[in-house]
Amino acid sequence: MADSVPATADKLPKDLAAEKGMVNVQIDDTWVQVPVGTRMIEACKMAEKEVPHYCYHPKLSSPGNCRMCLVQMGMPPRPAPGQDPTYEENGYQKIGWMPRPVIACGNTVAENMGIRTGGDLVEECRNGVMEFLLINHPLDCPICDQAGECSLQEFSVEHGRGFSRFEEMKVKKPKNVEIGPRIRLDDERCIMCSRCIRFMDEVADDPALGFIDRGTHTTLTVHPGHRLDSNYSLNTADICPVGALTSTDFRFQMRVWFLKETKSIDVNCGTGCNTVIWTRGNDIFRITPRENNEVNSCWMPDSHRLNFRYLHAETRLTDPVVKSDGRHKVADWFEAIARVSEGLRNYHGDEVAFIGSGRMTNEELFLLKHLADTLETDLLTLVPRFDQSDGKLIAADRNPNTTGARLIWATNDPYAKLNAIREGVTGRRIKALVVFYEDLLAEADFKTSDLENLDLLVSNHILTNGTASASHVVLPGAGFAEKRGSMVNITGRLQRLNQAILPPEGAMDDWEILRDLIRALAPNEPARNLLEDVFGEIADEVEEFEELTMSKIGDLGTQVTDTKESIPLLETERARIRAGEIVG
Amino acid sequence: MAKVTYIKGKEPHERERRLIFRNVDRKGWNPSIKKYLSDGGYKELRKSLRMKPGKVTEEVKKSGLRGRGGAGFPTGVKWGFIPPTNKKPVYLICNCDESEPGTFKDRYIVHQDPHQLIEGMVISCFAVGAKVAYIYIREEFPEAARIVEKAIAEARKEGFLGKNICGTRFSCEFHVHRGAGAYICGEETGLIESLEGKRPYPRIKPPYFPAAMGLYMCPTIVNNVETLCHVKHVIAMGGEKYAGIGMPRNTGTRILCVSGDVQKPGYYEIEVGRMTMGELLNDVCGGPLEGRSFKAVIPGGSSAKILRCSDKFNVTCPPGTEKREIDFEEIPLDFDTLAACGSMAGSGGVIVMDDSRRMSWVLNNINEFYAHESCGQCTPCREGSAWMKKITDRLVAGKASAADLDTLESVAYQIDGRTICAFGEACAWPVESMIDRFRDELLADTVEDNPSVARNAEQEAQRRYLQDTIAKAGKS
Repeated sequence: MADSVPATADKLPKDLAAEKGMVNVQIDDTWVQVPVGTRMIEACKMAEKEVPHYCYHPKLSSPGNCRMCLVQMGMPPRPAPGQDPTYEENGYQKIGWMPRPVIACGNTVAENMGIRTGGDLVEECRNGVMEFLLINHPLDCPICDQAGECSLQEFSVEHGRGFSRFEEMKVKKPKNVEIGPRIRLDDERCIMCSRCIRFMDEVADDPALGFIDRGTHTTLTVHPGHRLDSNYSLNTADICPVGALTSTDFRFQMRVWFLKETKSIDVNCGTGCNTVIWTRGNDIFRITPRENNEVNSCWMPDSHRLNFRYLHAETRLTDPVVKSDGRHKVADWFEAIARVSEGLRNYHGDEVAFIGSGRMTNEELFLLKHLADTLETDLLTLVPRFDQSDGKLIAADRNPNTTGARLIWATNDPYAKLNAIREGVTGRRIKALVVFYEDLLAEADFKTSDLENLDLLVSNHILTNGTASASHVVLPGAGFAEKRGSMVNITGRLQRLNQAILPPEGAMDDWEILRDLIRALAPNEPARNLLEDVFGEIADEVEEFEELTMSKIGDLGTQVTDTKESIPLLETERARIRAGEIVG
Repeated sequence: MAKVTYIKGKEPHERERRLIFRNVDRKGWNPSIKKYLSDGGYKELRKSLRMKPGKVTEEVKKSGLRGRGGAGFPTGVKWGFIPPTNKKPVYLICNCDESEPGTFKDRYIVHQDPHQLIEGMVISCFAVGAKVAYIYIREEFPEAARIVEKAIAEARKEGFLGKNICGTRFSCEFHVHRGAGAYICGEETGLIESLEGKRPYPRIKPPYFPAAMGLYMCPTIVNNVETLCHVKHVIAMGGEKYAGIGMPRNTGTRILCVSGDVQKPGYYEIEVGRMTMGELLNDVCGGPLEGRSFKAVIPGGSSAKILRCSDKFNVTCPPGTEKREIDFEEIPLDFDTLAACGSMAGSGGVIVMDDSRRMSWVLNNINEFYAHESCGQCTPCREGSAWMKKITDRLVAGKASAADLDTLESVAYQIDGRTICAFGEACAWPVESMIDRFRDELLADTVEDNPSVARNAEQEAQRRYLQDTIAKAGKS
């Protein structure tokens, strides 16, 4: 989009625009160029003019039912037969304004179209729609969980009357209905925008929601015999513009205006959904998806967004622990690191093995490899975590950073050596084992007796588990929301993890643990004061990361390689965009 | 053709011209194909099948036939909207969801002369290239559905439907679909949604114009029962001759369904524009009831704006002349003049009210209907129609103030022109016109606003609180 170009001697603005596949649209008296086929509401967005709306969502079909996005539209008058259109001095035709408003969400732009997003008619329409939406709304904002992030509140302030003319009885509808395991419905708050119905039908492929009754008694509900139990159900609460659908998990936990938002990514599978982590103090209250059209569109599976409570679990490891005389004792970091480095120094390269995790960041994986190199061992592996893809956003690879490991370790199969290491431990060829993040007993088919064979078992965990119990030294690490770093998703997109909260006082950021271990074993190593230093080293060594820095990754990530893998949900969405069903 | 005689007591009025209703109430008539064939039935179908489809459409365009469902859109033009490059199947739908209050013409066609409809439909299918057609019959016409099903079976047996109709290469199949009792299914896109098995939520236009993206996203023509029957007569007479009936731009005959306070309510088929309101009500329908006088008329089904019989109208009549002031009784019954008078010919349901009728009650009755029938899809209509009903509920109960009338009027204008389909206008126009034309009478039904009477929940709570406090103070 560019500002209008003045008419040249031989070319009119319409010709200039047409050459680029654009059309000229006058939005609130300013001419702009937008691509052919753009919806009016999107054209207004490009011109930075807000058009309030409820039912329209770029990722869903447009039923045009809320009538909030009514704008005034104008077109040049059609010339009489045989007559040529006349152009004004600026090269545009005079716009004839239509007396009736049109919806901006359902109509597409045309050459020389005029749009008014304000003015008496438009303001009066919004005013009227706001009044209608509120007459049967319970106006229970003080006890409504949506307050603070409610479009009804926002547009009331901007376009509402501020008083009510409604003196009749309001329509009574069901309240606090448990329509699914994670969603509660308040039908009186519902404004019938049908976003949730369309989402469940068009995106989640589980059309569990629908309207019953008609007219003012129209009621949202689940179909008889169904429940809103899809693994994508919480997205309906995200897109609900009002407080009708709320998350059972989050409701009444915290007013949203007290929450701090941190942009991050999901670490539950290889897709790496973009997220916002909502925190207050050092507590996470909820995680919501963040729009990224190359990764997760606007959506996220419930199972992934709800998987954060373990960071606040009772079994959290909060201090380094060292085993002496068969008993674990709390130690300080200096002692713990010294114990590990002194221990490891006693073994030859082929007696030491490292097991990392596909849940580690690029920086951690890089340092882990470096640590292995320092001890001259090539016994380094990740623990695979494969399952079925759900055909939408959950990837078969449940490790979020397998691609990162491939690039940084320069190997096609970062899981290749797991069996060799397990056998080495069983056969007592491996004497010392360093494990990061993984519970070998639960995740990697190790047996307790295997671990007892080891002379030195060092492990890093967030929560206590069997491997930690068997370890000689336990180094408590930081969870996904407690650290910074980068990961590469299944498609080859480099994305950033940001720190939303602090790890427990006695725990340490994992990359720092690795750095300190390396320094303890090889004092000549660089200091690596900042995570950026580590990333700089990766950029120097790994071709795909060349010339990148942490800040250059950006909030939406950057494609560093093409793995030929795709995210099914995005494929479906792109097909719908091509078919003109949605804006996207 | 045999001379047509009618059942005693049901003879048409001499001012009528029976084209569509030729066989309605006909002596010795029944809806069987045998009767229809003996009366020269399906002759026009054979004639059309010898023409080129484009030529049929051309004749319909020439005839100036306008849709009889309510909007009065030229039928031939509508057919011409099918994209010329279309590769998808084309569907024809007969809208037999006659649900506009005051309208009862289509039911007589399907009950007594179903083969006329089928013939008209097959000709129309041939013209627009439809191989499948649907007859959408409202839930409230169970008998009609049975009769039409039987007629379809008969027509198929005789080779007027199905494969190779009348030995030509044209094939066409009909299906009857029953509604489930919703007014909105008469709206063409709502009907299409209903036919697709969904809630009958009307679609937004643009982009979903049925002629381009209709049933199953294929080009679809939706026509009213009466309109489709007219197609047969257009072919019989030829477009130009048909256009000679009635008035220019308002051609043909149409059936008016007169109900309410007249001596002889009923259906009357007249030449469009060749009869005035006064002639219809006084001559044809026998005037007002004993000792009464006409007060108001809704000329085109309940959604049309009400006309006050004592009003004067400034219109051009007949067309091409200077504007002049005419009385209510002089209004010619055509599409354009009724529109110029501030109402519409609509679906032909003429509802007559005499001086015994209380307008607030009439308005409340209409409001109740539209509040009940609003589909609830878009905001203004869903919330507004019920709000208007609630206000007039109070009005008839003597609990509304003059200020409530202003609110009522502004609510109507807040709906009008801002909804997905024409239902918005359908529910707003009666209110707008009633307040415009009968404000004095409605005001007479209002009561003075009493500030001590609680008007909303908040005031009521306050009132009760004060009452309790006073009661407690009295006790102690």
